[in-house]
Amino acid sequence: MVFLQVIVGGLLLGAIYALFSSGLTLIWGMMNFINFAHGEFVMLGMYVAFVVVVWIGGGPAIFTLAAAFALLVLGMAIYLSLIRHVIRGPMLAQILSTFGLALFLRYTAFYIFSANFVSLPQTWLAGTVNLAGIYLPVAQLVGGVLAIILTLALHVLLTRTVVGSRLLAVAEDRAAAMLMGIRPDRMQMLAWGLSAGAAGIAGALMATAYPWSPSVGETFGLIAFVVVALGGFGSVLGSLYAGLIIGLIQAISAFWLGAIYKDIVVYGLFVALLWFRPQGLMGKA
Amino acid sequence: MSKILSPRLIIILLAAALLVYPLVFSGAFYRDIGVTFLLAAISASAWNIIGGYAGQVSVGHSMFFGLGAYTPLVFYTLWGWPPMTAIPAAIVLSIGLSLLIGMPTFRLTGHYFSMATLAVAELIRIFTGTWNLVGAAIGLQGPAIARGWWDLTFRSELPYYYLFLAVLAFLLAVTSFIERRRFGFYLRAIKASERAARSLGVPVRRTKMQALALSAAFTSIAGSLYVIKTGFIDPDSAFGILISVQMVIIAALGGAGTLFGPLVGALLLIPLQSATNTWFGGGGSGLTYILYGGIIVLIARFEPGGLFDLWNRVAPTLRDTLRKRRHA
Repeated sequence: MVFLQVIVGGLLLGAIYALFSSGLTLIWGMMNFINFAHGEFVMLGMYVAFVVVVWIGGGPAIFTLAAAFALLVLGMAIYLSLIRHVIRGPMLAQILSTFGLALFLRYTAFYIFSANFVSLPQTWLAGTVNLAGIYLPVAQLVGGVLAIILTLALHVLLTRTVVGSRLLAVAEDRAAAMLMGIRPDRMQMLAWGLSAGAAGIAGALMATAYPWSPSVGETFGLIAFVVVALGGFGSVLGSLYAGLIIGLIQAISAFWLGAIYKDIVVYGLFVALLWFRPQGLMGKA
Repeated sequence: MSKILSPRLIIILLAAALLVYPLVFSGAFYRDIGVTFLLAAISASAWNIIGGYAGQVSVGHSMFFGLGAYTPLVFYTLWGWPPMTAIPAAIVLSIGLSLLIGMPTFRLTGHYFSMATLAVAELIRIFTGTWNLVGAAIGLQGPAIARGWWDLTFRSELPYYYLFLAVLAFLLAVTSFIERRRFGFYLRAIKASERAARSLGVPVRRTKMQALALSAAFTSIAGSLYVIKTGFIDPDSAFGILISVQMVIIAALGGAGTLFGPLVGALLLIPLQSATNTWFGGGGSGLTYILYGGIIVLIARFEPGGLFDLWNRVAPTLRDTLRKRRHA
């Protein structure tokens, strides 16, 4: 029974991994660009939730929407002011732009919020439910289920709507998309907004259930790399499966080997993937 | 004016300045900055071989630095060997690790390499913190008092300064040598366009692998030198991300892929770091890293070529203006 609980807990966290990783994979798929600050976006989503609850006062619905909106705007602003200018530049500029941004955001958060772990005060999501003998915190359950729904929604948005087709058209062929009357810059800005927004919501959902500190951004950023590498770069559905798998692997290795080893196992998996299957589980060779 | 300040003369002047610096500024504070500067310049120059010349941006070079730093103290703690005897072993380990990362990622685009370096450095950092044989989170201590000259434990900063200066000179000599060889041209071709380089018959993967191995070896030496001087290492000061950040920012600030770029970067950044630490105090050292992050973003956005590139563009117009003023 304990083991079953571990598995369910891992899947619920994995669902949130899937949500923020789908943002990373979207950017990669659209513009062949890796955002090294993606984990920091998640971390910022958590602190937006924290600020809304503690300084302004507001429930889970409000702070989740606030985190989504704040990160959506930030993502678009970062695209317009930074990414747009480095995307066609040398590799050094591409990588250093978001790598520097990650440092900047991380240490700014350290400066403002200190290195201490914080958690949100109890909301109406407090308490546990008993599901067939498995005790689950309500916040984890709600967060995990919402994350799956939102990831699927992003998948549907990309594959079944006009906006999605436009985004994919730009990804496919920028010049041809322009000839079809699509503005690539606007679409890419939207993609950055969606990507950061997904990270922000994921952060807010996690904030209700887990404590955190400014350094989580680095961990989540690396986890997103692993999820995206496993799910295949550019595939939202792939990152949904991969997120759940990584959450599961983490939970089981924490259970069997000890909590410190869960990240070692996951990062080791990343290196193994690069060696044996760089296109990911779902990707084509 | 350009005749008088020829590149060769600048190099000679710079070398002379570095040679006499600790004799002129003999205070402990200045000598310490000098030693820190040399070490930073060595690490950044080593990073520059793969990150600058080959254009493969490693953001986890601390893994090689850390291997270089840990191996000597592991040798000392386990068998009582003088730390410096471990340098060759550390180099071999670092080259082995560079193969582990380079072999799979150099088949793919440059982003994979960057992600892999970040992940592996973090993996090693966490793992080292759990491994009791290497002191886990507490770390390892070197010989407190020298048992002989071979322990390279000196009370004065002076021997370290000249040892590091010699290593830096050697590294720059090696870099300038490969810069003019076929290997150097291969690297620049790969950086400009991998596809074009491959179509011209450049052995792309092998060349990148060799550059990474060379870079890893020198970064490892930098780590060994660091630990021989400080006599202490822990996971964060060996494998922490800020160790990698410092190499990247110094090389990119001066000019990634130029011989003296990292030197110029270190010349600017190390005094700046020392100043900000003094101004903001120990507790506010976070501000230094906010500043680092900001500088890296600004370099990427506005001057990816670094200050050397900026100078090369500005200098001709500046010279013209000066000449005009003189004639007027």
